[in-house]
Amino acid sequence: MTDQELIWRISGGSGDGIASTSQNFAKALMRSGLNVFTHRHYPSRIRGGHTYTEIRAASGPVESRGDGYNFLLALGDSFARNPQEGAVYGNEEIKPLSENLDELREGGVIVYDEGLLDPSEIPNFDERVEENDWHVFPLDLRGLARDMGREVMRNTAGVGATCALIGMELDHVEDLMRDAMPEKILDPNLEILETAYDQVREEYDVDDVDVSVPTGEHEETQLLMSGSDAIAYGAIDEGCRFIAGYPMTPWTEVFTIMTQNLPELGGISEQVEDEIAAAALAVGASHAGVKAMSGSSGGGFALMSEPLGLAEMTETPLVLVEAMRAGPSTGMPTKPEQSDLEHVLYTSQGDSQRVVLAPGTVEEAYEQSRLAFRLAYEYQIPTILLYDQKLGGELKNVPKSHFDREPNPTLGKTLTEEELAEQPHSADGKFHRFQHDVEDGVTPRSIPGQKGGRYLATGNEHDPTGHISESPDNRVAQIDRRTQKLEAIRADLDTVDTSSYAGPADAEYGVLTFGSQQGTVEEAVGRLNDAGVSVKSLGVSDMLPFPTEEVEAFIESVEEVLVVEMTASGQFRGLVQKNLGRYGEKLSSLLKYNGNPFEPAEVVDGFEAAIVEGDGDASGHQTTFVPAAGD
Amino acid sequence: MSTFSAIGEEREIDRDEYTPGVEPQPTWCPGCGDFSVLKALKQALPEVGRTPEETLLCTGIGCSGKLNSYLDTYGFHTIHGRSLPVARAAKLANPDLEVIAAGGDGDGYGIGGNHFIHTARENHDMTYIVFNNEIFGLTKGQTSPTSPKGHKSKTQPHGSAKEPLKPLSMSLNAGASYVARTAAVNPNQAKEILIEAIEHDGFAHVDFLTQCPTWNKDARQYVPYIDVNDSDDYDFDRTDRVEAAEMMRTTEEALYDGEVLTGRFYVDEDRPSYGQEKRQIGEMPEEPLAERYWDDDYEWERSYDRFIDKHE
Repeated sequence: MTDQELIWRISGGSGDGIASTSQNFAKALMRSGLNVFTHRHYPSRIRGGHTYTEIRAASGPVESRGDGYNFLLALGDSFARNPQEGAVYGNEEIKPLSENLDELREGGVIVYDEGLLDPSEIPNFDERVEENDWHVFPLDLRGLARDMGREVMRNTAGVGATCALIGMELDHVEDLMRDAMPEKILDPNLEILETAYDQVREEYDVDDVDVSVPTGEHEETQLLMSGSDAIAYGAIDEGCRFIAGYPMTPWTEVFTIMTQNLPELGGISEQVEDEIAAAALAVGASHAGVKAMSGSSGGGFALMSEPLGLAEMTETPLVLVEAMRAGPSTGMPTKPEQSDLEHVLYTSQGDSQRVVLAPGTVEEAYEQSRLAFRLAYEYQIPTILLYDQKLGGELKNVPKSHFDREPNPTLGKTLTEEELAEQPHSADGKFHRFQHDVEDGVTPRSIPGQKGGRYLATGNEHDPTGHISESPDNRVAQIDRRTQKLEAIRADLDTVDTSSYAGPADAEYGVLTFGSQQGTVEEAVGRLNDAGVSVKSLGVSDMLPFPTEEVEAFIESVEEVLVVEMTASGQFRGLVQKNLGRYGEKLSSLLKYNGNPFEPAEVVDGFEAAIVEGDGDASGHQTTFVPAAGD
Repeated sequence: MSTFSAIGEEREIDRDEYTPGVEPQPTWCPGCGDFSVLKALKQALPEVGRTPEETLLCTGIGCSGKLNSYLDTYGFHTIHGRSLPVARAAKLANPDLEVIAAGGDGDGYGIGGNHFIHTARENHDMTYIVFNNEIFGLTKGQTSPTSPKGHKSKTQPHGSAKEPLKPLSMSLNAGASYVARTAAVNPNQAKEILIEAIEHDGFAHVDFLTQCPTWNKDARQYVPYIDVNDSDDYDFDRTDRVEAAEMMRTTEEALYDGEVLTGRFYVDEDRPSYGQEKRQIGEMPEEPLAERYWDDDYEWERSYDRFIDKHE
């Protein structure tokens, strides 16, 4: 596989420029005509700690991280704490090299900064190198950078060395550096890049290296984009001009992108005292007639339960995004998990009336961000976009044309003053904002400041004018009408293509997944079919209202279904069974909750061990099989 | 017809316009101080020329939250403690609205205390009325953040061991630019203070002493009261932060010694409101954002044209 794809991993400490260097290199690979996909691994630490980013590049489609990787660029961790006997974190200085060896494929390449890393500190390093046929290139990257510029430019030296070893021309990298760097640091960086490149070409026989850069060509202009970018752009294109939030990893990315762009668009961003306020501000802005959003990650979203319920009861359009990370409580702040699914579906008191969408890819993140706003405003209901640290942070190339769409700033069923005059009012002039019998359950609204539109929005149960009411007849009429909206939304969603299928339609087995695991599952399904296993997959995005009929048809069409998700308790499988209880004995689970997203091979091996060979766990992986109920 | 033609309309306003047809008679207990807040608002709003449909009243939960049912304007009866974040966002979305928030002492100084501090700090151009009866009324008489030390209730059977919260001092320190206290028993002063508070360009906090004859029988009826701005016994400059702070402290301590001091304690007419500050740094549009969604000529920008190229 080494000749088909490059999986380049750059490792170092937090604060060492790993993210920006890898982003630029991914873009250079994309511009060279390849498809790229990144995977970030970083600790919840300001400086230092074991950090890496992986770039997978191939001429064919890449929608997932790979199985392991084949090229390591190990830089020093400038913020590593001094090694001392008994230190809790061990010797941090050597980690950029030592922590990354387990996943390096046979025949892989190691470039390490010999100015900072000493492999003699790693037990059995030489034996492992020989055993795995690794090609090792110790280079004094720091020294080179220091001599020609500054020490921090050693990342550039590492990229230059990489290009020399994988046979990649420097032009795309140089173009990017010219775009991104100010004059003052550009010249030394270019010099360092070229010197490192030449030095490697001169000193080593690079023909021995099995890992090379693939070649490819794009038919149209590509963009390198993350899920967080896509969510923010979707919101902007749907006319969202107000955001309120409080920082929390990983939701902060969307909040930051919106905050940096909104002033340019005449919008408003508010960083506020807590997440209760953040969601309440979004409710207030929406009530006053602006398209508004807020969001958070698990712990912050918990604080939003109250305003979320208020938006449900007052039928205030609202979009919240929830960027999942590993829980419970503070959990693992920088690690992905999908275990906030039930939290988001069910939090807040009473019978919930909300929409929850879980996009699976960067493209879907853009589309479903827009869809979330459309549904929220057309149906006057809070809509939650549920994603995770993986989808939010991973970068991939997307055709530019994907974003060439018209904006949609419409507010939904909102009345002009002329239309308001035609609507039912009480004798005292109060507008009947919450009428009982209306099509789809959606009753048109007025905006404060409009003549003839005054009403009371209240979290109490209320009559058509908004007046607080505990009348049984009114209660039933209002609950039924609000519930009716979910049926209308389900019918609406049935006309929108949010699900993703892979594999032959007449396959024997099925894999169900949701959200960010979709790309990995689809790659695994492809490999299983190549290996002669007849299997197809369905990636579901609509969590609520659930596409019961569609999922039922999928389950009906196969013998057995493996549900793949990043939770420990099988929450998504639980959701499927809540809606399709009678299929319980056809559903088993493959779970992963160690803080790292699935690799395709883990799904392949997990599927083979559990379904093809019988009920069991695949060896060598930190995944868990949970058999079907009754098994 | 413009989008929001109720806004800025010049006409005579009858105070009966604020009385709803449904439930015109409030359900507060006889003798409750809350009636005075309602009456003072009905008097103040016509005087400042704000009609029911250009006014947004946001309330919390409690006896005070019922104000929305008895004052007929655009209303948002929110959740316990959260009237301020809803209200201030509405003001940012449409600065032409007259935004008033109201809640009780438990609502504003207890569960919503964080929002109170930050809304005052930011100096949003709005009025915040706190019905301060030193008790939780709607839940039947539990000790509140402003209950005096030693106050006995079903939830504090041995008497509260806590010092009461000092709302005026807290407000000043947090950054409110208008801080006043009035009392239900003083309707003329209440009306005048509400007029000033509504007209003030910044966060105007009115601590409104509202006696609770049902659950706080020990409490004074807040008589006799003294207006510190008119009394010869008190001499301080309400525009001076240090003097205001001292007067507030005196007032807050005096209340628990049986002396009811009211009036304007701090007024800063020079501090820009939050909206002005935000416009100043280019983070808020000059025209109300809420208007834009109705402007057929507005060209909505696409991410494709504005932000996408840097991803190439």
